[in-house]
Amino acid sequence: MTTWHLILIASAATLALKLGGYLVPVGFLERERPARIADLLTVALLAALIVVQTLGAGQALVVDARVPALIVAAALYAIRAPFIVAVAAAAVVAAAIRAFG
Amino acid sequence: MEERPAGDDAAARTPDDAVDEAGERARAIRESVAVGVATAIYGISFGALSVAAGLDVWQTVFLSLVMFTGGSQFALVGVLAAGGAAAGGSAIATAAMLGIRNVVYGMRMKPLVGGSPARNVLAAWITIDESTAVALAQKLPGNARLGFWLTGAIVFVGWNLTTLAGALIGDAMGDTRAWGLDAAAGAAFLGLLWPRLKRFQAGAVAVGAAVVAAVVMPFVMPGLPVLIAALVALLVGWFNLFDRRRRA
Repeated sequence: MTTWHLILIASAATLALKLGGYLVPVGFLERERPARIADLLTVALLAALIVVQTLGAGQALVVDARVPALIVAAALYAIRAPFIVAVAAAAVVAAAIRAFG
Repeated sequence: MEERPAGDDAAARTPDDAVDEAGERARAIRESVAVGVATAIYGISFGALSVAAGLDVWQTVFLSLVMFTGGSQFALVGVLAAGGAAAGGSAIATAAMLGIRNVVYGMRMKPLVGGSPARNVLAAWITIDESTAVALAQKLPGNARLGFWLTGAIVFVGWNLTTLAGALIGDAMGDTRAWGLDAAAGAAFLGLLWPRLKRFQAGAVAVGAAVVAAVVMPFVMPGLPVLIAALVALLVGWFNLFDRRRRA
């Protein structure tokens, strides 16, 4: 599978899901349990992605400059800093630790 | 077909004469612009991270034009960055699962902004967290429609322009690790997660999923930890565990 194949399949899937909301009759996901699972699914995937992106190195778990960078980003989100500021600060922290650490 | 009258101002409006209609409309426009611009700007980080993950500029731009849902886009390139082409299946599955919430948004928005097939396709294309949130925050259906289309249009145009800019910047950076872009990816996911943690149940799922992902990471192929961690949401959601609102 080439990168383009991946991109086309994933884009088709997400676009189909968006259209699905407008095509299927109101019902299934309006019910409490499916709606709750859909909400929590987003939370679980994002939390797992944070771990993989921050601690992962292939299949190994590694603590490196990414960890303090994430902590700085968390502190910035806690004081309601904008997304782009927190993301840029995380990059700067990690880059600085690698350059001077 | 629809159970509710589709976006009929007069029918859906609450008989509240005290509502300042001009003020409400101005508020809807203000919110659309504020949310739209703030969201559009971080397309820069997507563009740069996507190129850092090994996608080229065209592939990156294509994702923002067609996929156009930030969480799935970040997830796709994030899983590919961690696992390479071998993690392709997991990358697609993660992106698709993060797109499931857009089905719920579509169902909520359809009575307000749906219509002809062409209109439904356009509306579906820009059905994302931000357009839905701004629309649902409005009191009047007319303003909800305005907020949806305006926010969606601003984010779409802005997100695609900033994606291109970010991709070109990332391309010029060379060694993106030296610039800390790998750390920026975690911070980006945290930013998407943060506003969803208001309820205890969501916090419990986040912690559980993070622990599961870390525990299984050494034992499974890159890409799979995220999918395995998603089971935490199924389990907690199905049985409604950790729901602090539930009456005893």
